[in-house]
Amino acid sequence: MSGYMAGVLAILGINVIFAYGIYLTAAAGQLNLGGAGFQAIGAYAAAILSVELGFGIVSTIVLATLAGALIGFLIAFPILRTRGVYMVLATFAFAEVVVGIILNSDTLGGAMGMIMFDYIETPAVLWTAAGVVAFVFYLMSTPIGLAMRAVHDDEPVADLMGVNNRAIQVAAFASGGALAGLSGALYAFYFGFVEVQYFNAFLSIFVLLYVLIGGTQTAWGPLIGAAFFTLIPEALRIGEDWRFLIFGVLIVLMMIVRPEGIVTRDAIDRIVARLMPGDRRA
Amino acid sequence: MLIVQQILNGIMLGGIYVGVAVAFTLTIGILNFLNFTIPVLFMLSGMIGWSLSFYGLPFGLSEPLGWLPSLGIGIICAILASLVVERFTYRYFKAKHGDATEHAIPLVSSLGFLLIFEYMVLIAHGSDPRGFHTPFGDLDLRFAGLVISIPQILSLVVSLAIVAGLSMLLRRTQLGRALRATAENPDAAVLMGIEVNRIVPVVFVLTGLLCGLAGALFAVNYGEVSPYMGDQVGTKAIAGMVIGGLGSVWGAIAGGLIVGLTETLSIHFFGATSAQITVWGLLLVLLLFRPKGLFGHNAIGKGKF
Repeated sequence: MSGYMAGVLAILGINVIFAYGIYLTAAAGQLNLGGAGFQAIGAYAAAILSVELGFGIVSTIVLATLAGALIGFLIAFPILRTRGVYMVLATFAFAEVVVGIILNSDTLGGAMGMIMFDYIETPAVLWTAAGVVAFVFYLMSTPIGLAMRAVHDDEPVADLMGVNNRAIQVAAFASGGALAGLSGALYAFYFGFVEVQYFNAFLSIFVLLYVLIGGTQTAWGPLIGAAFFTLIPEALRIGEDWRFLIFGVLIVLMMIVRPEGIVTRDAIDRIVARLMPGDRRA
Repeated sequence: MLIVQQILNGIMLGGIYVGVAVAFTLTIGILNFLNFTIPVLFMLSGMIGWSLSFYGLPFGLSEPLGWLPSLGIGIICAILASLVVERFTYRYFKAKHGDATEHAIPLVSSLGFLLIFEYMVLIAHGSDPRGFHTPFGDLDLRFAGLVISIPQILSLVVSLAIVAGLSMLLRRTQLGRALRATAENPDAAVLMGIEVNRIVPVVFVLTGLLCGLAGALFAVNYGEVSPYMGDQVGTKAIAGMVIGGLGSVWGAIAGGLIVGLTETLSIHFFGATSAQITVWGLLLVLLLFRPKGLFGHNAIGKGKF
């Protein structure tokens, strides 16, 4: 595996984990436009634990993931007081505040960022990503996943059917925060440094786009979305500016052709029906 | 005296945010659509205005134009770009999927257009900020030790006048009544004989006009434009809109001014990078106690995405 390939795959792995973090909240009907804030918390938690406090790599990553979960849990209560556009913008405000605090903090390195001493290689990132994908697929097949889907589709009806909406939404924020935090910790260890400028508003927007364009109906969505938008720009070997221009055109076209995302429940059912003609599940 | 000066500066800065915040609140109030192309429409009018005053019309059709016609054409281009967005985001999905706002489709599409317009300008002109020269570059009004720049006063007056005119339009005219009916219930509006398909482009024309004008005023005020000028102003205007309450024109004015004041006072007391914490922190705390903003309507902006 060439160094270039390894780099692309590691970024893909980190983006996939990050996208699943945003997907978990989206699957429960909440758009999280503050992804960069959660990822920054994971990355900086990893930097402090590893560099300042001397924790090992594995325990640092686990604790950074828990930090993401804790913040997601705590922020869920004020954010869930708001609805619709207000909620989307409240998550956006949360990310801006997190980045602003890091930028103004001397212990966190401010605009200079922090340098990591330990580092991990591509395979570690990819195995973690595979574990996360398996976990989310499993989660979506459990009653909890079904309850999330019910809350996503129709809150009052889910409530009538005995789903505890508030618990599901809080759990979605906490677990989403955990995965975003995990992706941040992996980012810090893989690249060997964290700088706050990376965690900007465009990062939050892009990761939400991965999820929405991949499709929020099934657990395939974020995987396909993140892969599509990480690998396609690499395949288009052209200038940076042209890449983003084409990215924008693809987004507009995609919304015209497949407004519900690349992968939909309907599409999966049809593929299953074609592969297994005897299976009447669809 | 320094603090009074800072408050004045804050109000002037808020005046720029007001126009953009009103554009945001209008599209959300009437169409329930968070239009992310608004920051680039603001940028387009400034950058196209600069390009015309520096190079003249494309393909060597003319000498460099004066600052006023340049900015005028810039504003027209912002309106045209807004109509392009309408054609490919809102109208299309409205026709095909019924109540498209149920999904986040127009929102995602508008993010696509944000990238398209921003990188078109970056490819054409690069990322450097460009100076924009007007005859009244440093025309200041000095009064009891305070410095007020005349373009800033003018721009505040112009944005408030536009918003007051808009408010009159919504309240008094036939068109305004049709817009408000569409905002309340598009289906019922159709039954009442309002051609909703003709009303929607009006919202986008107003959006383009407000953003284009704000961009032109920004260019005149600060004497500098850049492809990124919309990002900062756009996000601060969003904060202003949320603080004021979605869908409320006067709320957007109050919110825009509050954000401008918070920003300058925060920079004055806590340093250059503190505004990000104070502005967005204020928003979060406010939403905690008033989840619909200061003057927000109960029903607006809370629908499911």
